[in-house]
Amino acid sequence: MTDVDDRPAQETRARPVRNGVALGLAVGVSGIAFGAAAVGSGMTVAQACALSLFAFTGASQFALAGAVAAGGSLIGGAAGAILLGSRNALYGLRLADLLPRRGARKLVAAHGVIDETTAVSLAQPDAAAARLGFLATFVTIYVVWNLTTLIGAFGAGRLGSPQALGIDVVGPAAFLALIWPRLRAGRTERAVGLAGAVIALAATPFLPTGVPVILAATAAVAGAVLSPAQDAPPVSRQPGSPQPGPALSDSPQPGPAQAGSRQSGSAQPEVP
Amino acid sequence: MTGIWVAVLATAAGCYALKLAGLIVPRGVLGNPRVRRFAELVPIALLAALVAVQTFAAGQSLTIDPARLAGLGAAVAALLLRAPFLVVIVVTAGTAAVLRALGVA
Repeated sequence: MTDVDDRPAQETRARPVRNGVALGLAVGVSGIAFGAAAVGSGMTVAQACALSLFAFTGASQFALAGAVAAGGSLIGGAAGAILLGSRNALYGLRLADLLPRRGARKLVAAHGVIDETTAVSLAQPDAAAARLGFLATFVTIYVVWNLTTLIGAFGAGRLGSPQALGIDVVGPAAFLALIWPRLRAGRTERAVGLAGAVIALAATPFLPTGVPVILAATAAVAGAVLSPAQDAPPVSRQPGSPQPGPALSDSPQPGPAQAGSRQSGSAQPEVP
Repeated sequence: MTGIWVAVLATAAGCYALKLAGLIVPRGVLGNPRVRRFAELVPIALLAALVAVQTFAAGQSLTIDPARLAGLGAAVAALLLRAPFLVVIVVTAGTAAVLRALGVA
C-alpha cells in the first residue's frame, strides 16, 4: 500500500474501512462452505440461515452442523458449539472500551464481536479508527456471510448427495484450516490440539456422540495450567494463515486503541 | 426436525450471550494468566477434536473412510501451500468426490 503521510486525516478514516471491507469480503464468502455443509448434514435451508443470522460465529456453526450430521445428541452438539464461542467473550472484554456503552447500540454491537472485527479493531491506531474498523468489518462480513450461506445451502440441495460431492469432509477441513495458524503458533498449541483429538477419539466408543468433543476441553485446561499466558503475548498474524487478510498488512502497530487491553492474546482473522 | 431447531436456537442464544458477556463482565476476570490461556486454547482443543471425530467416527464406532482421509490429506497439502480458506475447502471436497466417483475409495 502506498504511504499517504500527506493526507493523515483522510487516511485515518479510509484505512479502517478498507481493512474491514477487504477482510469481510475475503472471509465472508466462506459462508458458501457453511451453507453447503449445514444442508449436507441434514439441516434445512432455514436452519442454516438462522444460524448464520443469529449465531454468527463460524466455528460454532460448523460444529453444530457436524453434530447434526453425526446424528448424536443435539444437546451435546449445541453445548460444544456454544463452548467454541467462548473466545468471543474474551474479545468482548478487549473491545468493551471501544464499543457503545449502553442501550440498543451496545446490544447490536455485541453481535459483531468475532475474530475478524477484533483483529481489525485492535490493529487501528486510535479509538475512532478502531470503531470505524469494527463497523466496516461487522457490516461487510455479516451481509456477505449470510448471503453466501443462503447460496451454499440452496446449492447443496440442488447438486446431489452430500457424500458424492465430498461435502461430508468440508467440516473437518474447515476446522483444520481454522486452527492451522494457531497450531503454527507454538508447541503448547500443537500439544493441546493433538491431545484434544486423542481424547475425543478415545472417548468416542464409550460416550454419547458430541460428548467426547466437549471432554477434549480438558486438554485446554492442562495446557493453561502448564503454560499460562505471558504478560505480553505476541499479536500473531502468521504469514501462513489460511486467510489472506491483505487488509491488515498495511496497518501500523496497535496503538492507543489497544491501550485499555494490554493483556490481549492473539486475535487472528478466521471464519467469523 | 424440531430437535434441530431447538439446537439451532440454543446455539444462537448461547453464542450471543457469550459475546455480550465479554462486553458487560467486569474487568479483571481475565487477569488470571491461566484463565486467559484457557480461553485461547479451548478453540484449539475443541476444533482438533472435531477434526478427529468427524474424520474417524461413524456414530460411536471408529472407522477409516479412505475418501475422507484423502480429502483431509489434500486439505493439509493446501494449507502447507498457504492456500486461502475457500481453496482448501474446494480441494478437500473435490478430492473426496473424485475418489468416490472413480470407485477408488
